[in-house]
Amino acid sequence: MPTSTETAPDQAQHTHKPVKELVSATVRFCGDSGDGMQLAGTQFTNTSALAGNDIATFPDFPAEIRAPRGTKAGVSGFQIHFASKEIFTPGDRVDALVAFNPAALVTNLVDLVAGGILVINKDAFDEKGIKQAGYEESPLEDGSLSAYQVFPVEVTRLTRLAVDGLGLGTKESDRCRNFYAMGLVFWLYDRSLEPTLRYIEAKFGKRPEIAEANRRALKAGYNYGETTEAFASQFRVNKAELSSGLYRNIMGNEATAYGLITAAKRSNCELFLGSYPITPASDILHELAKHKNFGVRTFQAEDEIAAVTSAIGASFGGAMAITTSSGPGIALKQEAIGLAVMTELPLLIINVQRGGPSTGLPTKTEQADLLQAICGRNGECPVPVIAARSPADCFDAVQEAWRIAVRFMTPVFLLTDGYIANGSEPWKVPDVKSLGTIEVRHPGPTANGDVFHPYARDERLARPWALPGTPGLMHRIGGLEKQDITGNVNYEPANHQHMVDLRAKKVANIALDIPPQAVDGPAKGKLLVLSWGGTYGACATAAREVQAKGGSVAHAHLRYLNPFPANLGELFKNYDKVLIPELNKGQLRLLIRGEYLVDAVGLNKVQGKPFSVYELVNKINELLA
Amino acid sequence: MSTDTSTSLPVLTANDFASDQEVRWCPGCGDYSILAQMKKVMPSLGVPREKMVFVSGIGCSSRFPYYMNTYGIHSIHGRAPAVATGLKSSRPDLMVWVITGDGDGLSIGGNHLMHAIRRNLDINIVLFNNRIYGLTKGQYSPTSPLGKVTKSTPMGAIDNPLHPLSIAIGCEGTFIARSIDTNIKHLGAMLKRAAEHRGTSFIEVYQNCNVFNDGAFDYATDRETKAETTIELEHGKPLIFGKNRDKGIRLNGMNPEIVELGKGISEDDLLFHDERAPEPSLAYLLSRMSHPEFPEPIGVFRAVDKPVYDDLLNAQIVDAKKAKGEGDLNKLFLSGDTWTVT
Ligand SMILES: Cc1ncc(C[n+]2csc(CCOP(=O)(O)OP(=O)(O)O)c2C)c(N)n1
Ligand code: SF4
Repeated sequence: MPTSTETAPDQAQHTHKPVKELVSATVRFCGDSGDGMQLAGTQFTNTSALAGNDIATFPDFPAEIRAPRGTKAGVSGFQIHFASKEIFTPGDRVDALVAFNPAALVTNLVDLVAGGILVINKDAFDEKGIKQAGYEESPLEDGSLSAYQVFPVEVTRLTRLAVDGLGLGTKESDRCRNFYAMGLVFWLYDRSLEPTLRYIEAKFGKRPEIAEANRRALKAGYNYGETTEAFASQFRVNKAELSSGLYRNIMGNEATAYGLITAAKRSNCELFLGSYPITPASDILHELAKHKNFGVRTFQAEDEIAAVTSAIGASFGGAMAITTSSGPGIALKQEAIGLAVMTELPLLIINVQRGGPSTGLPTKTEQADLLQAICGRNGECPVPVIAARSPADCFDAVQEAWRIAVRFMTPVFLLTDGYIANGSEPWKVPDVKSLGTIEVRHPGPTANGDVFHPYARDERLARPWALPGTPGLMHRIGGLEKQDITGNVNYEPANHQHMVDLRAKKVANIALDIPPQAVDGPAKGKLLVLSWGGTYGACATAAREVQAKGGSVAHAHLRYLNPFPANLGELFKNYDKVLIPELNKGQLRLLIRGEYLVDAVGLNKVQGKPFSVYELVNKINELLA
Repeated sequence: MSTDTSTSLPVLTANDFASDQEVRWCPGCGDYSILAQMKKVMPSLGVPREKMVFVSGIGCSSRFPYYMNTYGIHSIHGRAPAVATGLKSSRPDLMVWVITGDGDGLSIGGNHLMHAIRRNLDINIVLFNNRIYGLTKGQYSPTSPLGKVTKSTPMGAIDNPLHPLSIAIGCEGTFIARSIDTNIKHLGAMLKRAAEHRGTSFIEVYQNCNVFNDGAFDYATDRETKAETTIELEHGKPLIFGKNRDKGIRLNGMNPEIVELGKGISEDDLLFHDERAPEPSLAYLLSRMSHPEFPEPIGVFRAVDKPVYDDLLNAQIVDAKKAKGEGDLNKLFLSGDTWTVT
């Protein structure tokens, strides 16, 4: 529960009601997938970000585009955690829940804290809606909500009243309901309406009656909070003390796309993306397609195999080649990734992981494709793997992935996941001038008669990236085993052994080029929590919570999963136990045990949901006991 | 790719296009002849060697790039058209050739072949059709006839065969031709015309696999029979064939029929070939004519101008730059709402 202190009523800006200050709060909007809950959440997020809070969000939507209205299968939710201190997760428990219908209530109530605020669209609690959610009788009347502060509001009726006279049909009027609810929640948390009013103008400006209806609904919701007797007080979450700089709110996939455009500029390469739509990766394609003025070429291929092979073709031609997908699509790409390993061409393979196997849980998160990335191909086929840890971190992770790809002439896997991809957080906008360059070298033309060796190597074992169009460097590459140095097709036993070893060594050499693994917490102690990818926020928060209570626990978060940082084995010696929490059945644990013979313990969850901080705290305390 | 005959280029010969690699096809394979014609045609295109890239999939035919002294990439089974798409889209300055087989292009890679053709990327696709899987030692292919007995079909193939040119036409192909490995003059001419076409050119080449499907095209190559079993297409000319050039193809309603010239039938009654017909129906009809009912057409079935994918893609980039200005990272990062923490 957030801590609170009363402030005198006269300090409040817009109201006569008392304002309680909170350090942090978590709000969730939930309703039918057609109710506009994602929009409500996004607007609330942007407004909170602009108010200077640290934020973290978690949109959660159904796989069905439109499940039957009012059913549990169609419930869509958006959670936002905002705080006046640094936070790393969208929050375990919800302080205020806005439920647009009974199905949304029944599926989300478990996460509301005791005594939490529950705003309910009373109009949706008719006999049909109640039945569809599986209630015997209305939860508003049977006393089952007595543990919460319940505010039943006739959102539908009041919205219709607010937009009355604009000539809108019932359907169009009802579409404004989410703005009404937003207005109410904005009042509750003492938020400015300005950013959303600007949004309405920008979005609906060309349809003045719709813009006006949304404006009216928003203000009506706000005034409802202000004037009715229902709410006794407002809450306020002050600015967070983030490091100084210019910030914006950013989503994971957006940060990935920006990262790609930036890495292309930094390396002076033309960007080519070969991709095939798949949730939750598609937004990277959508975002990149908007920025053709950066010389970005996006190719929506006929399938994933064409997506990755087109990227390989572009890489051969000298482009910054990227392919984006999610687990099932990556499965299709694996043969081609083997080709990129054999031809030693730079390529970024971005896997926005989701629940599997097969089509699995398309809109839910999981981190169960680690072994797919590391081992998912035929033959001895090493590919460097790195993972982003949060939405804004996707930007930096891309820079690193591309740096490694061109430095070592290799495909590189970048793992993100649905939770990171759709979540958002404040991003400290980098100073473009300070970003520097990513060095790319292409051999120049040679004099007539000189022999070019496409598989000669530099000190890190990278081969030259010779581009078609360069006189004198004509060469042929392909998937058949290469002779060392010349690159000619070669099946000799000793050569194959040598080349397999060389490729493995080249990837292992990356460990010399990456920072040593750092830990957060004591350098020696009872427990080390080792995490990777999107579980960063929950693990960091949990470890710090236990540290604050004197627990001997440290946290190490891996960005590099293949190869591991060179000092990782040494780190394990400093702790009695190692805990590896993962949203899979123990894939990193398998690798760590195999590589370092460490008897690591797992905490494994595969429910399509991220870890809650308390689950981790409990496990850490159990191991410390 | 448009050809450039700038005089500053050194004069090259077929030999300059031979790589230092030993050619490892079976002796007598039709692939040799296609390689020889390609090397012969290349110097006449006025394109420097370093601007040419050969892309292939997997199969005997797909070893082709190793034997050309140009740039080349031997990719994975069936995917050469997709590799070529990425390469040509980002490097429109290169001349890109795709070499594929009937199994490679029509079986595992059918999807990519279809999409490369319909996009009308400016590449040249040469499909070596031997009606068999050579590299994997003799299984039937998508072009093997019904009843074909092979290692994997001991009781005969029961899948209906595909007609590569019908598929290419169905995919709205803008340049579609057929030739034969042993008809070297004709083959050379087809390769040259394909190279000169802007947009995707697709050539099917009848190729003899003398090890696993020897003689599959004997009817079309045999000195004795070829005049009766093939018919050479020429734009604007009537469809005449036969040793004595005494037979022709006439349209009877929607159907072609063989007629004898003389006896009241003159050239003017015959079907006149129009490779530039905007409607692909005629080309399709020709692609359906097959041995033994009809002489099989060789030559250019279709050659029309349509917008080219890589041109359109690159024009969008130019347009986007015009409309929004050259990409500026600062502007990108600061799009949307920002706030400052001091
Ligand atoms: C993914 C994959 N599947 C199967 C093969 C085996 N394979 C290699 S070539 C080939 C068929 C080639 O037939 P075709 O394209 O007709 O070429 P040809 O050898 O006759 O020139 C097959 C099935 C492979 N290399 N890769
Ligand atoms: S198997 Fe057939 S196609 Fe392959 S090289 Fe031998 S003859 Fe040519």
